[in-house]
Amino acid sequence: MNQLQQLGSSGINFCGNLGLSGLFLFRTIFSRVKWRQAWPLFSSQLYKVGVLSLVIILLSGLFIGMVVALQGFNTLRKFAAEQELGQLIALSVVRELGPVVAALLFAGRAGSALTAELGLMRATQQLGGMEMMAVDPMWRVVAPRFWAGLIAMPILAILFNVVAIIGGHFVGVDWLGVDDGAFWSNMQDAVGFHEDILNGIIKSLVFGFVITWVSVYQGFYSEPNAAGISKATTRTVVFSSLLVLALDFVLTSLMMGGW
Amino acid sequence: MRNKMLEVIVGLFMIVGFLGLLFLAFKVSGLTLSRQSDNYQISADFDDIGSLKIRAPVEVSGVTVGRVSNIVLDSESFRARVIMDVNKKYNNIPVDSSASIFTQGILGSNYVALSPGYEPDSLKAGSKIETTHSALILENLIGQLLFSLKSDKDKDKEPEKTSTPAQ
Amino acid sequence: MIVSANESIVQIRQLRFSLSGRPIFKGIDLDIPKNKIVAIMGPSGTGKTTLLNLIGGRIKPDSGTILVHNQNVAKLSTKALYKLRRRIGVLFQEGALFTDLNVFENVAFPLREHTHLPEDMIQNLVRMQLNAVGLRGALNLKIEQLSGGMARRVALARATVLGPELMLYDEPFTGQDPISRGVLVKLIRELNDALGLTSVLVSHDVPETAQIADYIYIIAGGVIIGEGTPSELLKTEIPQIKQFTHGLPDGPVAFHYPAADYREDLNL
Repeated sequence: MNQLQQLGSSGINFCGNLGLSGLFLFRTIFSRVKWRQAWPLFSSQLYKVGVLSLVIILLSGLFIGMVVALQGFNTLRKFAAEQELGQLIALSVVRELGPVVAALLFAGRAGSALTAELGLMRATQQLGGMEMMAVDPMWRVVAPRFWAGLIAMPILAILFNVVAIIGGHFVGVDWLGVDDGAFWSNMQDAVGFHEDILNGIIKSLVFGFVITWVSVYQGFYSEPNAAGISKATTRTVVFSSLLVLALDFVLTSLMMGGW
Repeated sequence: MRNKMLEVIVGLFMIVGFLGLLFLAFKVSGLTLSRQSDNYQISADFDDIGSLKIRAPVEVSGVTVGRVSNIVLDSESFRARVIMDVNKKYNNIPVDSSASIFTQGILGSNYVALSPGYEPDSLKAGSKIETTHSALILENLIGQLLFSLKSDKDKDKEPEKTSTPAQ
Repeated sequence: MIVSANESIVQIRQLRFSLSGRPIFKGIDLDIPKNKIVAIMGPSGTGKTTLLNLIGGRIKPDSGTILVHNQNVAKLSTKALYKLRRRIGVLFQEGALFTDLNVFENVAFPLREHTHLPEDMIQNLVRMQLNAVGLRGALNLKIEQLSGGMARRVALARATVLGPELMLYDEPFTGQDPISRGVLVKLIRELNDALGLTSVLVSHDVPETAQIADYIYIIAGGVIIGEGTPSELLKTEIPQIKQFTHGLPDGPVAFHYPAADYREDLNL
């Protein structure tokens, strides 16, 4: 009976958390942001989550593009289809690897940083202080971070894609000897702007939305002490990574079904 | 506190992102900026279009002159009508040209090839190509092959019939 | 001390509050009269900070009423609550300064949020506030560069910049060196008198609090075990109060945590 009770109470807890995060999201998006005052925070956040993530995103993109080229070449050679390498790299990267890997890296680097920042503000009573000063922390502190994360994610995914394809080109054409012209023309024939590139960007927008939502929620409602912050950052990374992978499956099936 | 330097860097970040998008659009997916007004539409009916897709190239002698813009089924003749956008600079394709559906390479995708005819009049907007050759469907080929093999075998089995004309 | 309604800024009646099943307040009656400094003292964990949160409307009581400026805090709409909060200044235990802004911007924050004052007026007001706490020269420092005592003073400047009528101090002396304590004692008293404030001080530092409080409530076990002026309380012979005010290690709050008989435990 005890186990059933525990199951029930965790179920109720889960629903409660879900509801709270939903309300939180609603307040974040629809809070009346005074942009003149929130602008400096918005741009500094965009810098922190976007520009500062560039190093890890670009390096990862480069390596992934190069590895895909290497592996792909080996496999295509069996079918005497090395000329299709460009197409293989571009499609794998733009459709899946780009949005998903960039999102996972983003969750680990930028998402955890967002959670830690907000968690620290919670622990040092800055958030409570703001409320007592009759300033709604939603628009002052949370919303700028949310919008910054949402905008940064697709940009990072695009740059990941670009660097991966360039890396793949370097390995495929300069190193493995695939014909440069064939590389690009086969790629251009196979990659459709609407089906592949735009869909990939839509995916990364959805991922950015989810990751940023989880990150700011976990930070805002973390327990106000050091242990609480570390728990919250771990939760951010785990939850948002899982959500990204699950949503990727859902979105891919929707897109392939021709939504 | 507004940090000018920071904002400039963030602005650059967004510009670089946009440039990346342009790269992906044009170099990777081969997006072309041809507007509708650069093209004129022609159509052709096929018995079987195979795996021809929208945006497949339309070629004359291997040069891409346009793209397939739509594929519809004629509800009376049950033939597939392929509608193609041809670039206006190729405005002297003879009206009696034929359209065939070929495959790029061995494993590639289908495209439409136009073989020029001999008439002095040219295709223009709304023209319809009369002579068409459908795509080669693998199953049909196999069927034909099996059939011809079988009939060869039958021919070998039959005793030689020397044709004796009636006297 | 029951005072007539229009004389007390904060009036608490029959307050009951519990957290996760544990009762924190079991029926508290409290008055904070105008222009006085009232201290709320008691052993750690009696919920003194919770009381400030209840007064500020951040949490709602289980039963009882809390009237601030004659408004029932628990029943206010968010808008009305925010309006009320602009008339209350809070000094948090951790200072709660915004780490992404410097000293000037922190003190200017309430002005920028709640007023439309022109920039030059804000510049002057902030300087005046900082001067009152002795930190006008520290205008441009970053929060990380401040010592604990300086941070508290900046927080105090920020809390009073809008000219509130009620000030809530959450353990202002805790963890401060003697000089900082002396500074804070001076500032709390002077600000209260100069600005016509009413102050509620939550603390367990008996010597400092006794120096400036006009009236003290001692809360333990969820009820008020004693109240009076500092001199009255320091002279009282009631064991619970005496143990607290004199810092006696053993008394009603026992030294030994409940345990089995000593001899038996040692197997003698």
